[in-house]
Formats: sequence, structure tokens, C-alpha cells
Amino acid sequence: MTDHRLQNSVRQRHSLHPEDIVTLVIDGQQLTADPNDTLLTIAQAHNIHIPTLCFLEGISAYGGCRVCLVEVEGYGKLVPACLTHPAEGIIVRTQSPRVIEYRKKIVELLLSERNHICSVCVTNGHCELQQLASTLGITHIRYPGLFPSLAIDASNTRFIHDPNRCVLCSRCVRVCAEIEGAHTWDIIHRGIKSRVSADLNQPWKEAVTCTGCGKCVQACPTGALSEQGKAVGEMLKKRYTESTT
Amino acid sequence: MSLTLEELNDIAEKELSRQQQFSRQIRVCCAASCLSCQDADLTQQLQQTARQQAMGETEIKPVGCLGLCKEGPLVSVHPEGTLYSHVQINTSKAILLSESSLPRPSAIDPGQSLFFTRQNPIVLRNSGSINPERIEEYIAVGGYKALYQAIRNMHPGEILSQIQQSGLRGRGGAGYPTGLKWSAVAKTKSTQKYVICNADEGDPGAFMDRSVLESDPHSVLEGMAIAGYAVGAQAGYIYVRAEYPLAVQRLRTAIRQAEKFGLLGNNIFNSSFHFSLTIRLGAGAFVCGEETAIIASIEGLPGKPRPRPPYPATSGIKGCPTLINNVETFANISPILTRGSAWFAGIGTDKSKGTKVFALAGRVKRTGLIEVPMGTTLREIIFDIGGGISDNGTFKAAQTGGPSGGCIPKQHLDIPMDYESLASIGSIMGSGGLIVLDQSSCMVDVAKFFMEFCTSESCGKCVPCRVGTMQMYTILDKITRGQAQLSDLEQLEDLCDLVRSTSLCGLGQTAPNPVLSTLRFFRDEYISHIQDQHCPAGVCSLLTGK
Amino acid sequence: MQTNAEAVDTPLDSALSKTKDPQYRMVNRIMCLHNYQPDALIETLHAAQDSFGCITLETMRYISHMLHLPLSRVYAVATFYHYFTLKPPGKHRCVLCMGTACYIAGAESIEKAITEKHHISPGETTSDGEISLLTARCLGSCGLAPAAIFDDKVMGQLTPKNVLKQLQDWRDHVADT
Repeated sequence: MTDHRLQNSVRQRHSLHPEDIVTLVIDGQQLTADPNDTLLTIAQAHNIHIPTLCFLEGISAYGGCRVCLVEVEGYGKLVPACLTHPAEGIIVRTQSPRVIEYRKKIVELLLSERNHICSVCVTNGHCELQQLASTLGITHIRYPGLFPSLAIDASNTRFIHDPNRCVLCSRCVRVCAEIEGAHTWDIIHRGIKSRVSADLNQPWKEAVTCTGCGKCVQACPTGALSEQGKAVGEMLKKRYTESTT
Repeated sequence: MSLTLEELNDIAEKELSRQQQFSRQIRVCCAASCLSCQDADLTQQLQQTARQQAMGETEIKPVGCLGLCKEGPLVSVHPEGTLYSHVQINTSKAILLSESSLPRPSAIDPGQSLFFTRQNPIVLRNSGSINPERIEEYIAVGGYKALYQAIRNMHPGEILSQIQQSGLRGRGGAGYPTGLKWSAVAKTKSTQKYVICNADEGDPGAFMDRSVLESDPHSVLEGMAIAGYAVGAQAGYIYVRAEYPLAVQRLRTAIRQAEKFGLLGNNIFNSSFHFSLTIRLGAGAFVCGEETAIIASIEGLPGKPRPRPPYPATSGIKGCPTLINNVETFANISPILTRGSAWFAGIGTDKSKGTKVFALAGRVKRTGLIEVPMGTTLREIIFDIGGGISDNGTFKAAQTGGPSGGCIPKQHLDIPMDYESLASIGSIMGSGGLIVLDQSSCMVDVAKFFMEFCTSESCGKCVPCRVGTMQMYTILDKITRGQAQLSDLEQLEDLCDLVRSTSLCGLGQTAPNPVLSTLRFFRDEYISHIQDQHCPAGVCSLLTGK
Repeated sequence: MQTNAEAVDTPLDSALSKTKDPQYRMVNRIMCLHNYQPDALIETLHAAQDSFGCITLETMRYISHMLHLPLSRVYAVATFYHYFTLKPPGKHRCVLCMGTACYIAGAESIEKAITEKHHISPGETTSDGEISLLTARCLGSCGLAPAAIFDDKVMGQLTPKNVLKQLQDWRDHVADT
């Protein structure tokens, strides 16, 4: 993963040969791009907005949330923009009715999975899931809530982990492993029982590998990881990506 | 040590002359299914009796699966070929001795039984006739000759074109042309490449791979070595389920023997080709049948798939090009090279060549392992080979493809079993599990069973599969409890479409299949559960009301 | 006294003591065989489960230390794969097959009968520690449905009655006497 990022930054410094450039169409715009870039970064560079959730600039792409799915003409399946590289001449649609409908349902599925009650959440107003739902125009959830009651871990003196607000995007896992190098977090169990846990499924305070850097808290898109002592709506995540995108 | 062709022939001849000392051969099925119903070690008991009676001319040997699993423990006697079923210690003596006073097990003449005459064994060619734990017997029936031919007399390109011309398609389920897959790996330039044999047979209701590994492990090893030579790989992994201890043990024995004979390892047949094999144990995750998940698992990670491309053919284990094929696919390789691609392409249908092994189970009279040419109709399989429905029941549906497949109803009984025909009616060939259902099965309950399976086997990485399958299960559960409304059915179909179109890997993309196919052919059962709170099959006992 | 106790508790000392512990012989052998490469994790966990019946936190700590893997990764792998269990098993093991063929042949009714009689659901052990009830996805003995594994023996064509008898025999120590 680290190699991957390194390659990315090296690549950016190299100028591309003309034959290494591909042309493609995204939402009607004719574009040229580096075939090593992803559809998501190409779109972002041209101010085409594709919603994302598990994607975070600076860490490896995951492809799990399926929110950035786009349609490519001639491809049988929808593809995640964060992991798909452009081929010559492809025609991409990021806002087709079909794609938007699927995105809506996927976010609704997420909202039905855990107990996302914005009115009592520390990130209310600054939550990526909330923003996503409002951008997609979600006003109600068609699926019944599954809402398992999961224990909140407030053992750490500075941070709180509330798995009830977790969307399992694994951004905390990746930022901790790839940037901090601690790999304190990982996703344990599988399927609907998946949960983010520290070390050997221990209270955060007892996780010996945790350096207390707080990167996971800043990387978390929702209120699942937050700082202690925040009231509703007070938890603002510090990320440079917020100002650039 | 390295073998020459003469030495290989020598081993074969020695073994054949050893076998010719015996005028009579008694083969005891020692595959897991028959072993589990023996009341004691039958082979040992028979050998002991033979020793006591000084019957030096009779050879008693353990063999792999004899096919008719339900009638086990099975013993077959040669040269006459009689098959004895339900053999127990007290009845086994009668097979050896001709005294009529002894209690005899019931006998079957395979030449007269449709179960055997309708079959065409290629993959199962040695199953039930050789001792799987002796490499000499495999060599005696021509084993490892194809590997010699390949390494010494063929260019990798020739093998690739042979496989392509044979029309062999992946037997793991999706039916991707094997030749194309091999060529893709061969084309990718890399100093290190890998071959993986997917033996993580996770489909509930499938036991083809287990039987092949238990009955003829060397055929798989030989196929893998040929694949290694053709694509330029020097190392291979066999990813086998930990739940199959006997298969694992026989594989270990087979690898050890092949290494001892120089058929695996360095400079095979005095060539510059090296090939080593390692066994990796699965640990109970169905999703590891998916190519990228199996790679993650071999690397020691949770078996979570990643999006393709890049395909394993370009980036697999440790980023190296990797070829992944199923057990049955590898077992087909050596016969194709020995008998030629034209012979193989002459079997089966236009687009599906060769044979397919099915694990026939469920409400059918003769359950067991069968191998038939592609294109054999479902009716022939169930009513001729399987002998019809057990306990005088009536046929309702046949389930193929496990949790990724569908149910085939009565009106499609005459469907030829090939990849395209099955896909056209919403099922898939799958790895070969074929479960027959009769009137006592509720189709909503069957759909719920598979959805429960997918929910618990979902890796949890992508949202539609993780949450979507759970939501579908919730609705199906509601229907079987008689608490659903018609709008739930709409919701269910909508979820099927969502999960199918947006999931990351094959598990999620095919998870709705059992629901979709039962909805297609048995919608009335769903309606009856919802509107009348009535389960036509009488399975869903929690229904309230009428 | 206190310094002694602390000394034993450091991960290094604890690991050192296990490299010589005969109980860890298989675990150490597998790790050595794979050159302590991280991809040996699943094989090592298999060895640990074979040696101890389950995978304890202590074992996970040791494996993590020896293979240079994060603790959270070891825990993630041990819980992702359902073959691994973190709970100590009972004296006897009954694994019910829940494959399709067994399911339609009535495996569920066997499970229900066991739950009713012995008050254990799949994944649980009786309070006296005698019997663990587990389920398997498919034992590959579909021809004999419904099938189950009793300790290490696969048995087929079961009915709730003969399964209950076997379990009762275990609890009554019929085989032990």
C-alpha cells in the first residue's frame, strides 16, 4: 500500500508521453487523462462530483461502500470510480438515473444497518454520511432498521468509539496501518457481524499498539470515532481534503 | 532424483505384474462417505479373513469413491465387477467365501444398472479402481505420461492451444474458457508465477472435489504440474477445506510420493522445469471460492475479495501472475493431452465440451457421485441415473449451483445440462451440486435457507452484500412466518436487483439467484404464504391464522 | 517477588518461554516451516487450534509477536474464519451438517431436538462442559443426509432419536466406563 502511494507521487512528477494519455468522456465532457489515474481522481480534477464514503485521499482505495459506482458504456457491471482506471475512449456516466437510484438505496441500507440518530450525534452537521444522505435527497429509509445495540467504548481518556455510528468504511483501519503504522484497528468477524476493534478486541485504553495520534478520529466520516467531551454537533473533523474538494 | 520415461514405464510394468499375481480383486470404497458408515475397518477385516483362509490369489485394496454413496459401504469384486452394497463386517465374509450359509450383502450388476451405464467417466476415470494412496497404481494406468509428453515433447504454446481447442471451461461454476485463462497467465511476463487449485468446495450440497481428491489425488497434481509448465509457473498451492481431513491426508501422501519419484520438485523428467506444491488449509469461509479472496487467504489475510481488474492473471499472489482453477478442471487436463483435444471436443454440446461431475443428492433414490457428458438432460440424470424420486414422492424442483444457483422446476426437466441452457432459466451449472426436491420442500423455505447462508458467508466488505442480504433474509423470514404483505415481495425483488448489480464480488452478485429463480417458478407459493398464511408444503410451521 | 512477576509478563519473556514449551511444539514447527513469514498466519492458527482446542488470547499474542503481525490482524483473521473458535470446546464435539441435502432431510429438526433436550444452541457448550454443539456448512457426505460428526466420526442417515441417544451416552459417560 505504501508503495502504491509512493508510485502515485512519483508519477505525478513525471510528464507523460503523449501515447500514454487516454481520452474519455465523463458526463458528456471530453477529457484526456493518465491511464494510471482512477475515474474518481480524473472526475475530481475536472470538477465532476462523484459521491464517496470509504475513499480518503492519501490512503489506499477500498471499494467497499459502493457509493462511487458509475456506469461505463459497454461494461456489463457498474464499476467503483475509486478503483477503476480509464481505458481509451470509454464513456462514463456518473449521474444516470440508474446509478443515482442505486446510490440512494445503498446509503439507505447503511442507515438501516446501525443506529444513526443525527439529533444526538456529536458530528451532527459535519457528518459525511449525513451529507451524503442529504445530497442524494434521502428523506426516509425504506428498509427496517436492524439496529444492534453495541457497547460504546469510552475507556480512552481522549477519544470515544461508538460502533453504533460506524459504517465499516475501514478508513480508521487504513489510516492507522498505512499512515501511523500502528495497525491498532481492524475489522473483526464478518458479514453483518463485522465490527471495528482495537488490538485483541480490547477496550481502547488497553490497546498497547495505539499511539494516541488521533488520526483515526479525524479520518472517520461519522461520529463513530470522536473526541471526548464534545456536545451534539461539536465534533469537527480536521482534514485537508475538506477544503480542497 | 529425476525419472526417465523408461523408469516411468518400469514402475508401471512392475505394478501391473504385481497385480497379475492376483486372480481376484476386492475393492473396498474408502472415500469419506463409505468410511463413515462402515461399522469397523472393512479393508482390514477382509484382509484378515483372507489371510486366515490363505487366499493368496485375492487382493484386497482400498479404493476411492465407487459412486453410489447412499448404498454404502460399497465393495466391488473383480474381474466379474459385482458391486455389493451395505456391506458390514458380518456380511463381508460372504464376498470372500462361496459358502452359501453366510449372510450375503445385496449385489448390483453395474452393467445392468442405468446408474453406471449412463455415465462417461473422464475425471472419475480412476475413481474406485486404484488405491489413491499408491502412486504406482496411478502410474500403472498411464498416470504422469501426459506430464512427460508435455515437458519433454511439447512447447508451452502447443499445450495452450490443445487446451483451447478442447473447449474445456472452468468447472468451478462460471465456466470461463480454461485455455483463455491459461493464455492470459502465460502471456504476462514475470519471473515468478503461481498456480492455485481451488479445492475450497464450500457449496452446501456439493462433494465432487472431495471425492476426486480422495479417490485420485494424483490426477489433480499432474494437471497442476502441466498447467505450471504451460503458463511458466514454478510453484503451486492447493487450497483445500480443513473440513475434509481425509482429502487433506491423501493429498499430503500424494505430494510426498510424487516428490519422492521426482514428479514434483526440481528438474522434472530431467528438464529445466521445476514445480513444487504446497497445501493450504481453508478455514470455513465460502467467499474464499472467489479468486481474489482465495489469494488473500493464501497470503494469510481475511478472505475479502478485491475488485477486479486487475485480474489474478496479471496480479495475484504477492502481485505475481496467478492461475486459479478448480479441482475438476485440473483432473481433465491429463486425459485431454493423452487422448487429444479433438476427442474431448467431441463430447458434450456445442459450447460446453466434455463431461461434468455432479453430486446427486436430496430426494432421489440413488444418491452419489456421477459424471455425464455435458448436455445430458436433467430428466435422464434424475430418473435414469438417479432412479427417480425416493419414497414415491413427486418431483418438484432440482437445485443446481448452490447458493449462487437456482431451482429448476418440472416444466424444464428436459433441459440439457450445459452452461448456457442453465443460465437461460436463471440457474447456473455451479460446481456440480445437484439437489433434488420433492413435494415436501417449501420453496420459500429453500430460498430462506440459501439467503441465511449468504448472510453468514458474506465477508462484510461491501454494503449491498453485507446489509442487503440481511434485509432480504428478514423479508423471507417474515414471509415464512406469515407476517408479510405483498409490498414486501416488491421490496424483495428490488433488493435482489440492487444486490446483484452493486455488490463487489461474485458472492453478492449471485446471492439473489435462489430467490429470483424461486420467485420466477414458484411465485404462487410466496403469494400463498403472504395472502393465505398457508405453506403449501407444510414446512413453515410458524404460520399463524388459517 | 514483584520484579519477577513483571519479568515473566513482558512479551519477549513470555514468547521465549513458549518457544521451548512442548505444548507449543506444533505451533512453533509450523511457523518455523514457513520461515516466520506473515502468510503463515492461517496455517499457524490451525496448528494452535489443533494443539489447544481453541485459540486463546495468549496464543494470539504469541503468534503476533513471532510472525511480526499486528495484534488486530491476528484477531481479525481468527474471527473472520468460522473454523476457528476462541471458546474452549466441551469434552465431546457434535458437528451437525447444515448443507442443503441435510437441511431438506431434516437437519433442523435434529438441531431443535438437541436444543430442547440439552439447552445448547450451535456454538455453545453444555454447562457441565461435556458437549459442544457446532454446525458445519457441508461435510460433503450429502449421500448420507442428514449427517453429523461425533467427535471424529462422521455418521449419516441420522434421526433426532439416535442423535439424542449418542449425546445422552456422552453425558452419562457410557463410553468412559
